[in-house]
Amino acid sequence: MSLLVDIGHGFGGFTLEAAFEAPEGVTALFGRSGAGKTTLVNAVAGLLRPERGRIDLDGEVLFDSAAGVCLKPHRRRIGYVFQEGRLFPHLTVAGNLAYPARVTGRKADAAETARVVEMLGIGALLERRPGALSGGEKQRVAVGRALLSAPRMLLMDEPLAALDAERKAEILPYLERLRDEMRLPILYVSHALDEVARLATTVVLLAEGRVVRAGPAEALFADPDLAPRFGLREAGALLTGEVVAHHPDGLSELRVSGGTLLLPRVQAAEGQRLRVRIEAQDVILSRHRPEGLSALNILPAVVVALKQGEGPGVIAQLRAGEDVILARLTRRSAEALDLAPGRSCHAIVKSVAVARGDIGRV
Amino acid sequence: MMDLIGPEEWQALGLSLRVAFWATLCSLPFAVLAAYALSRWRFPGRGLLNVAVHLPLVLPPVVTGYLLLLGFGRNGMVGGWLDETFGLVLAFRWTGAALAAAVMGFPLMVRAIWLSLDAVDRRLEEASGTLGAPPWRVFLTVTLPLTLPGVLAGAMLAFAKAMGEFGATITFVSNIPGETRTLASAIYTFLQVPGGEGAVGVLVGVSIAVSMIALIGAEALSRALARRIGTAE
Repeated sequence: MSLLVDIGHGFGGFTLEAAFEAPEGVTALFGRSGAGKTTLVNAVAGLLRPERGRIDLDGEVLFDSAAGVCLKPHRRRIGYVFQEGRLFPHLTVAGNLAYPARVTGRKADAAETARVVEMLGIGALLERRPGALSGGEKQRVAVGRALLSAPRMLLMDEPLAALDAERKAEILPYLERLRDEMRLPILYVSHALDEVARLATTVVLLAEGRVVRAGPAEALFADPDLAPRFGLREAGALLTGEVVAHHPDGLSELRVSGGTLLLPRVQAAEGQRLRVRIEAQDVILSRHRPEGLSALNILPAVVVALKQGEGPGVIAQLRAGEDVILARLTRRSAEALDLAPGRSCHAIVKSVAVARGDIGRV
Repeated sequence: MMDLIGPEEWQALGLSLRVAFWATLCSLPFAVLAAYALSRWRFPGRGLLNVAVHLPLVLPPVVTGYLLLLGFGRNGMVGGWLDETFGLVLAFRWTGAALAAAVMGFPLMVRAIWLSLDAVDRRLEEASGTLGAPPWRVFLTVTLPLTLPGVLAGAMLAFAKAMGEFGATITFVSNIPGETRTLASAIYTFLQVPGGEGAVGVLVGVSIAVSMIALIGAEALSRALARRIGTAE
């Protein structure tokens, strides 16, 4: 299952020229507002007809300007979760969930419905009307409704943007389950880096209607050249590891390729693989292994590259075992430490600097 | 109260209700179609359709009645055809009164439905499409249910208009007791007769009662519907 997109579209002085591939898993379309993200997903859904190009889902042509093909949205079998949910106000939650089967003349699959309801934790809401749901509940129902339309892929246009941090934290684990349990390509639009770091397997970085870069999430997050695109304050590499222990003092131990990381208690069983985003600005570098330091995580590393910014900052790309770490420091510090590619050093990360929202399942 | 209303008055009331009921029911699908076309489609002739729909609102009713007589009378183009093909005669029949009432109420009905169609969130229709609904299903399962309060309001207005229609009706189908003498025509007739004031008073009372009941009923139904589709919040 994979989606191939190569389209061009212009409107109101803005032109979109984008080509990318979305394989199975979550492909995040990341970029600022106005980068063309929603235009892209609307074109995939069939809600917008691009001026030129081709969209192909798993070998089936959904759109081809040269051949004059443009399937109507209801013939594409692509689930769409909108930012505002768009639940039908005149139907109950159960009615909304049954809607796709009703309008396509299929018989509702009770087992499938039960599975989706269980996965999204919306069993207690079935008799309610959308007006009586919280924002997070609405989005979960919207996800369920899209899943029950027997889609070949899912589009999610900033499904969490209208929610506060608490609701967001409540719904993210459901989306992780969705990614891991449903073998569907998911195209996920977001301008929130934490969501992308949590969910994305592939990242398509968009700016001014162009694809700046596309590739595996780990590779893009580890690229110091892209850090300004992600936002210097938020940029940071993704480390993958396995939970090896939960300590009684409230810390969880994660084994990564370059050593171990101690993190604030994570709700995950031992053996569970997790992905952690370490923000570059939270990493301290030392040439020698420091003594008498409060920070708990000290990983031996080797400098791979240094990227000069326009300001006084430098981003150092380090290799710790198999993983990459980005560290943001001043040019003055980099010179004082005499950092250069090939030099060994130690990357130091405070446990409490890792936010719970930055830790996701793999 | 019952003694006050004689057989002639009962007849006029029954006829008015029948005429108004059929006028409303039969024009409803056309009104929904016209309102949908005006609200959603941009097509050549849209302006013309708009004018045609609103014409009965601005023309003198006598003119509308006369035009109906020309078109739907036995010698009229449409009337002749209806007579020959279906054996359906409208002129000077209660069915003609229903047609006149339907035409006069049509603009009111279309306007109410049009307004509520404009108020439907188009994004919900888009969502319906992405869930697999072909356009006609979108209309039946999303657009129409959300427009229902407007449809009801339009039907109510048209019904009230039909109950009181006088000018076009009397021009098109005259004032035949038991056939085309509706409440309004009956009131007019009794006013022409010396000593008819008593009957006029009764009929006026009946008219007011019927209108009030219909209004209150429609209001209650509309509220219940709005609550059901969640637009009351």
